[in-house]
Amino acid sequence: MGKAYLSIEGVGVTFQKGSARSEVLCDINLQVDQGEFVSIIGHSGCGKSTLLNVVAGLIPVTTGAVILDREAVEAPGPERAVVFQNHSLLPWLSVRENVSLAVDKVFRGVKSAAERKAWTEHNLDLVKMTHAMDKRPSEISGGMKQRVGIARALAMQPKVLLLDEPFGALDALTRAHLQDSVMEIQTALKNTVLMITHDVDEAVLLSDRIVMMTNGPRASIGNILPVTLDRPRDRLAVAEDPVYVHARAGVIEFLYARRAA
Amino acid sequence: MTFPKPSFVEAQPVPAPLNETPSTVPSTAPTGELRASRLSELGRQGRGVAAAVIPPAVTLLVLLALWQGAAGDSYTGVPSPQRIWIESKDLITDPFFDRGGVDKGLFWHVLTSLSRVGVGFSLSAVCGVMLGVLIGANRWAHRGLDPIFQVLRTVPPLAWLPISLAAFQQAQPSALFVIFVTSIWPIIINTAVGVRNIPDDYRNVARVLRLSPAEYFFKILLPATTPYIFTGLRIGIGMSWLAIVASEMLLGGVGVGFFIWDQYNSGRISDIVVALAWVGLTGFFLDRIVALAGRIVSRGSALS
Repeated sequence: MGKAYLSIEGVGVTFQKGSARSEVLCDINLQVDQGEFVSIIGHSGCGKSTLLNVVAGLIPVTTGAVILDREAVEAPGPERAVVFQNHSLLPWLSVRENVSLAVDKVFRGVKSAAERKAWTEHNLDLVKMTHAMDKRPSEISGGMKQRVGIARALAMQPKVLLLDEPFGALDALTRAHLQDSVMEIQTALKNTVLMITHDVDEAVLLSDRIVMMTNGPRASIGNILPVTLDRPRDRLAVAEDPVYVHARAGVIEFLYARRAA
Repeated sequence: MTFPKPSFVEAQPVPAPLNETPSTVPSTAPTGELRASRLSELGRQGRGVAAAVIPPAVTLLVLLALWQGAAGDSYTGVPSPQRIWIESKDLITDPFFDRGGVDKGLFWHVLTSLSRVGVGFSLSAVCGVMLGVLIGANRWAHRGLDPIFQVLRTVPPLAWLPISLAAFQQAQPSALFVIFVTSIWPIIINTAVGVRNIPDDYRNVARVLRLSPAEYFFKILLPATTPYIFTGLRIGIGMSWLAIVASEMLLGGVGVGFFIWDQYNSGRISDIVVALAWVGLTGFFLDRIVALAGRIVSRGSALS
């Protein structure tokens, strides 16, 4: 206990609405090492987003605790940056201002104004969005918005990056592009990442480990599958790799077995 | 879409002799091609303007003709457009005269009314937005105040006037209060709706960034609510313009409402029609100005 960088220990979440109680998560235990990329996969409504929000601190735990870098998570904070499913950029700010809002807040007093500006641009450069820095979110495509959302999260220099179905609303080609970008950035920055997804290929391609959740209510972790593919991974090359095929089959088998049950 | 490319190469720069009058061909005369493209550009713009102007102009003419036909030449009742022109020519052509007392051009009456609306509406805009934010952000404020506001907002503007006169004893503050109390409700209610409709995502962004309450207010809440606030302000300014004319009729003094009532008592119905046109056009421009301000402030993301 407490050895891992991010430790989810016996977490349960119960929502109380009037007299109706619904136990969404039950006894979740998960250890994530620094620099590890972990995906959480499960059917819709199984509580995987709730789990991510608990780690983010946006939803309080009912039982158990989340410990990040030896500190208990009690409230949201920039060391656990979230990339939301629907990008959640502020529409009245430009791309640059959306990122600099975060940078200015997190690094005020640490970096000078010029350093903060450079840091904002550096992060937009990481996601290849410098060409549209002065556009508004409404003027760029869905994929670009999600890139900016990722840049904003990375710019906070989080201890753990939380991705909540980041590519769910994108078309397949854009999604593949963004997955490649995320892999590149992950190789360069060695972030600790927790990603929610319902896409089996995405999970296998990106993750070091795949956490499979049982169906709710009272969802818990059904199985954890390590993906031992070497990095960097090339989506074309790994598609034929027996490790990839085997991992993919394992996840699908888990999901279908659960659905039948 | 075949536009000839403007080519300045062909243009012969003719050094103008000193004694030549400048009204002749400019020295960098556009070539025939260029002139044609400019003409077609002008033509396109002209068509756009025509499409916007001609239909309402035609409608107006038809309505005036119908009115003329219906009113005829009788000297009782509502005058025909022709008689209005004859009887109120001075009023129409010179809105700026000032012969002392209340005998002024319509511009001055409208200006007085506008200044009252300006003061009353500014007050209600400030108070309305503040109360709206309070109601939108605080559940208990909402539970406590919303039912009361929902009842008060249905009270007609003129019903406030007697109370207002009794409270203030004077015409000017009473008129201001009536404007205030008429226009504040839509501002409060729309602001509150805007605050309560701030997407959870924005709140979550603010929480992850640990924005302070002040930062949240200025960086998230206000910009996110701006389109709603301006919807409220647009309705509010329209209602305050409705209220001013009615309350001035009763209060007397200067102002377009008083003017209308005064002309009615003098039997000058033609002047009233002219005043109505002023009231309508002023209200229209007020609405446009607030809508434009909303677009500028919200950087184009207002609903409008």
